Amino acid sequence: MTDILTDDYSVKYDQASNSIICKGAFRLNGVAEYAPIAQLLTDVINQKPAEIILNLKELQFLNSSGINILSKFVIQVRQKGNIPMTVQGSKTIPWQSKSLQNLQKLMPTLKLDLEG
Amino acid sequence: MEQKIFGDYRLDLPTTKQYITIVFAPLSLPVKWSNIGLSADFIGQYFEAYFPEKEVSDRDITTGHEIKHSISYIANELMENAVKFNQDKALEISLRVRLGFEELIFVACNSVATEKLPSFEKFIHDLISGDPGELLIRRIEENARAGSSSKASGLGLLTIMNDYKAKVGWKFEAIPGKSEVGVVYTMVRLGFST
Repeated sequence: MTDILTDDYSVKYDQASNSIICKGAFRLNGVAEYAPIAQLLTDVINQKPAEIILNLKELQFLNSSGINILSKFVIQVRQKGNIPMTVQGSKTIPWQSKSLQNLQKLMPTLKLDLEG
Repeated sequence: MEQKIFGDYRLDLPTTKQYITIVFAPLSLPVKWSNIGLSADFIGQYFEAYFPEKEVSDRDITTGHEIKHSISYIANELMENAVKFNQDKALEISLRVRLGFEELIFVACNSVATEKLPSFEKFIHDLISGDPGELLIRRIEENARAGSSSKASGLGLLTIMNDYKAKVGWKFEAIPGKSEVGVVYTMVRLGFST
């Protein structure tokens, strides 16, 4: 799986810890520009990991198109039915306290872990 | 149609003389997508200076820090929408942000095709007639089912209303001498307490 690295953001999959690590600012223009990130997320699901950890602790900004992509990913994981999922975030990044709880509404078994 | 108001659009707000306006004129200079985020961050940082650095109840962040991020998110979403949906490149796209007494007032402006007004009015009606939290979840589920055809997720205004607890309204205005294009103003009011 190829990591994504740009000046503004990065997405990496660490297979050993089943962690997808997102950093920087996701402010891409709509579904088309988010396609590489969406593909990486789908590839992770297709590997049938024992669990999925979405690490957003250093994702400073996310636009609503990005919320759409991460939400769709959570729905895909939910549809698999048997992959436990944790979203890790930070209380010091204000959008995370406001918007990440919506992911739990999509997948009630999702664990939301916001560090202080 | 001369003028139409929807949702929480206020015509009677007291105005302050100091404000920031970002203007894009796509015909003279193409809009660079990265400049939208850059502008949003600037506006957030600019207004942060007017907010005290105090602790917010149970969260380890300051009012200024939180307001900066909220302004940046809302300004970014409004500018992204205005650029995406602007109809006539000859007309300006703008975002103006003012600091009021108890709220920040954002007004985005872009042109819209008159023939698209009925569907836009329906979109607005759906937004303001239900619970934004339920609408947001429903919209996310619909987007996941629908695939990737749509140009916009439709989540920007819903997250502004639900996650940021802001009030949203719209004003349509006809342009004299132009029947095929009008102007839409989107107002967002973000309350704060200091």
